Amino acid sequence: MLKGGTRDTTRLLMERSVPGRVGAVAPPLDVPAQPLPDAALLRAGLALPEVSEPEVVQYFTGLSQLNFSIDTQFYPLGSCTMKYNPKVNDEVAFLPGFAAIHPLQPEETAQGALELLYRLQGFLGEITGMAGVSLATLAGAHGELAGVLMMRAYHQARGDFRRTKMAIPDSAHGTNPASAAMAGFDVVTLASDADGNVDLDALHELAGPELAGVMITLPSTLGLFDRNIVEVCRIVHQAGGLVYGDGANMNALLGRVKLGDLGFDVIHLNLHKTFSTPHGGGGPGAGPVCCGPELVPYLAAPVVNVVDVPPDDGKADPEWDETAFYILDTPEHSIGKISGFHGNFGVLVRAYTYIRTLGDAGIKSISGNAVLNANYLLNKLRDDYYLPYDRPCMHEVVFSADWQRERGVSGLEVAKRLLDYGFHAPTMYFPLIVHEALMIEPTEAENRDTLDAFIQALQAINRETDENPELVRQAPHTTPVSRLDEARAARQPDLRWRGE
Amino acid sequence: MTTGHFQSHYIPNTELEQAEMLAALGLASVDELFADIPAAFRNPPLDLPAPLSELEIQRELAALAGKNRPLGSGPSFLGAGAYHHFIPAIVKALMTRGEFLTAYTPYQPEVSQGTLQVIYEFQTLISNLYGMEVANAGMYDGATSLAEGVLMACRVTRRRRAAVADTLSPAYLQVIRTYCQAHGIDLYPVSPAADLEGQLDGDTAGLIVQYPNFYGGIEDLARLSAAAHDRGALLVVSADPLAMGMFQPPGHYDADIVTGEGQPLGIPASYGGPYVGLFTTKERYMRQMPSRLVGRTVDAQGRNGYVLTLQTREQHIRRERATSNICTNEALYALAATIYLAALGKQGLRQIAELCYHKAHYAAAQIEQLSGYSLPLEGPFFQEFVVQCPQPPAEINRQLLERNILGGLDVSISPYRDPLPPEVDRGILLCVTEMNTRQDIDALIAGLAEFS
Repeated sequence: MLKGGTRDTTRLLMERSVPGRVGAVAPPLDVPAQPLPDAALLRAGLALPEVSEPEVVQYFTGLSQLNFSIDTQFYPLGSCTMKYNPKVNDEVAFLPGFAAIHPLQPEETAQGALELLYRLQGFLGEITGMAGVSLATLAGAHGELAGVLMMRAYHQARGDFRRTKMAIPDSAHGTNPASAAMAGFDVVTLASDADGNVDLDALHELAGPELAGVMITLPSTLGLFDRNIVEVCRIVHQAGGLVYGDGANMNALLGRVKLGDLGFDVIHLNLHKTFSTPHGGGGPGAGPVCCGPELVPYLAAPVVNVVDVPPDDGKADPEWDETAFYILDTPEHSIGKISGFHGNFGVLVRAYTYIRTLGDAGIKSISGNAVLNANYLLNKLRDDYYLPYDRPCMHEVVFSADWQRERGVSGLEVAKRLLDYGFHAPTMYFPLIVHEALMIEPTEAENRDTLDAFIQALQAINRETDENPELVRQAPHTTPVSRLDEARAARQPDLRWRGE
Repeated sequence: MTTGHFQSHYIPNTELEQAEMLAALGLASVDELFADIPAAFRNPPLDLPAPLSELEIQRELAALAGKNRPLGSGPSFLGAGAYHHFIPAIVKALMTRGEFLTAYTPYQPEVSQGTLQVIYEFQTLISNLYGMEVANAGMYDGATSLAEGVLMACRVTRRRRAAVADTLSPAYLQVIRTYCQAHGIDLYPVSPAADLEGQLDGDTAGLIVQYPNFYGGIEDLARLSAAAHDRGALLVVSADPLAMGMFQPPGHYDADIVTGEGQPLGIPASYGGPYVGLFTTKERYMRQMPSRLVGRTVDAQGRNGYVLTLQTREQHIRRERATSNICTNEALYALAATIYLAALGKQGLRQIAELCYHKAHYAAAQIEQLSGYSLPLEGPFFQEFVVQCPQPPAEINRQLLERNILGGLDVSISPYRDPLPPEVDRGILLCVTEMNTRQDIDALIAGLAEFS
């Protein structure tokens, strides 16, 4: 029987249900009961479980123990920036003055929240070298959608309706082409050159009156800083296009370079990667959009603005200014509202807290140590695993399991075997342009002992590939479940409990 | 600027360790690692405040939080899409466990069974709540979930128009517009109370309805469903999950896509997010759904286990041909909603819904007796209702706030006012939930009576 901790986790809530048990007691009605509406409007049954509170706590605690997580394992999942999530961030986000405020309450009763958002806009603009910031987007892909809609609106406002093509490198995350398609663009693929940079010849061919723009991830998903980036921006701009920046990999660049300086027009950040907010098993995220001055009028609504700044303090930094009044505002040519309210506020509070904790000096030591740790892994593992792009990496290193494949063990099997050693697997088979890719991102928040233990595990697996390949091929052996039948899951979808 | 080495408590490497690691790489300084960045742009000035200790951070954030008025600090009657409901202590205690909080998307199922099984439970309970066949793992929020529902209705029917009930939340309509702006989808308003004959046609992909609607009313889904289906259009509903504790679910009326804002299910108002979008449909449309799905299967030893499935719909496989670009969603808040539904259960959810209903109807009846006030909208409602006031609602809300009462939403201004009858020119949308005691309601009545 599958166990989580000492409690059984195999039975689902509806299977645990016993008629008459309750998990919460409602207060008595303290007003006279009112007439109910027509009985036809009222539901008869409600298929929810009947379980007591201790059973709920034991069940979910047991389930939690089936997970790997940052707090319990090294989690070097490439492109996901699985860094330590500070506990103080959670604590402040749960303060009643933040967690228990209503998004539509009068602005004068939410000045502390708006001030925090305004300052965060300023911090993110400063870090990225951008003129405007909207915090309304709720995840990275959501930020991409807002950003490419802004590009579309910008071209159309100039009467330019021919720019229907969005060029996206072959190494890009799948969200880039999917977001471009949702914004109505035709996606064209941009090749990479032998060093992993954007192929400038290929870009020249695409740069023309139909090019709306390009979507660039910097550093790229190969973990490399594109040495052609300034030239890429120049070529696109010369052709009348705009440059979008996918900020998924910003952890490498904090304080080292500003994307706005390089020529990017609009970017998104992933606060749930670079700025330490917890992933929560797949969200919530926050994907603020930062842009240059030409695109500011198109930002998604709302943005926070300040009014009533005293004349002696005209610059937009009323940091300790008690007379400033903060408002929710809609940019002049906004692409519109893109989420129900003002963004994932609880996530934004955490990111604000993180930036304040690190400050100017700490921000730079994030990128420095993240890149140092990745290069440390690169250097120590390059004799055991094939390095397809042999140059210093940024915050992550992409190996290939080609050498293991030649001996009959795949990258997937190497990754699964790592689970037996107590490490989360790297990102596998991505980017698509690297055969048997293993993308490893250690982050700045891991110590050298952990890195060394991980190196030893990967070296041991390489030896096992010769000595006992079947052990690797059948991995994992020590996890709560072994390899799952994904084909069956897709062929006979079982998406909810049906009482069997 | 801080000079010299700054040792952050979030970064283990010391200056000495950095030097040793650099030496192993044959480098002298961290800066050399960034040599690929063009020198002209490297190490720009960075105008950020200096680092703060945790003690200072807690003080600063407490001061900022202290400038806001929390819902629990006095009677509060604001709803309109985000609601003040009771949250059992176990929701936060369980969802903040590091194993849930600090895990990534469950791409490695063997070490993510906790998250995956929770999502399977979520899909089960949300399907049951809405009376629908399948639910996904969640969307960003209620507004984006409905917007994706409109896009899906267009995909399923291969039609390019959508009839949007004018009683839909204006914010939701704006988000639908944003999502549809690049697709040439014609969004046109219909009044759900009117005869829909002639307003839906063979080009209409879906009839988009909120339930209860933005003004609190229970729409006649039986009639709306028939009207949509007569024209081959889908019925797309955004439903308050908490109202499902007592009202017939949209599935009962053969709705095709049912979405919702999951916030009422154990999630704090938190100034608008993070929440979780709910998304359900019929089995035959399953492969057109956006976002992740978890399925049950077996492992090599025949044991039950859970995996992400039907991923060929999604962006990481299908790229520009995916059903949506959504990747990271709101898994942690799907967990919160699942814990909430497990704790409240079959009896508790009904009890909470009924408390909201009775308290709201009690408040409405009391207000109706005040001279100068009326309830201008007819028909059944759940926990929200529009009151026509004797004075401008902004002025009433201002004076209520002086009594530390957070009033309702002023619906006398555009766009809220637009679909209301012309005589409802001083409308206020009030919300009463289980959090409002009789004393709260009496304080509200006393405050409103000042304007009688």
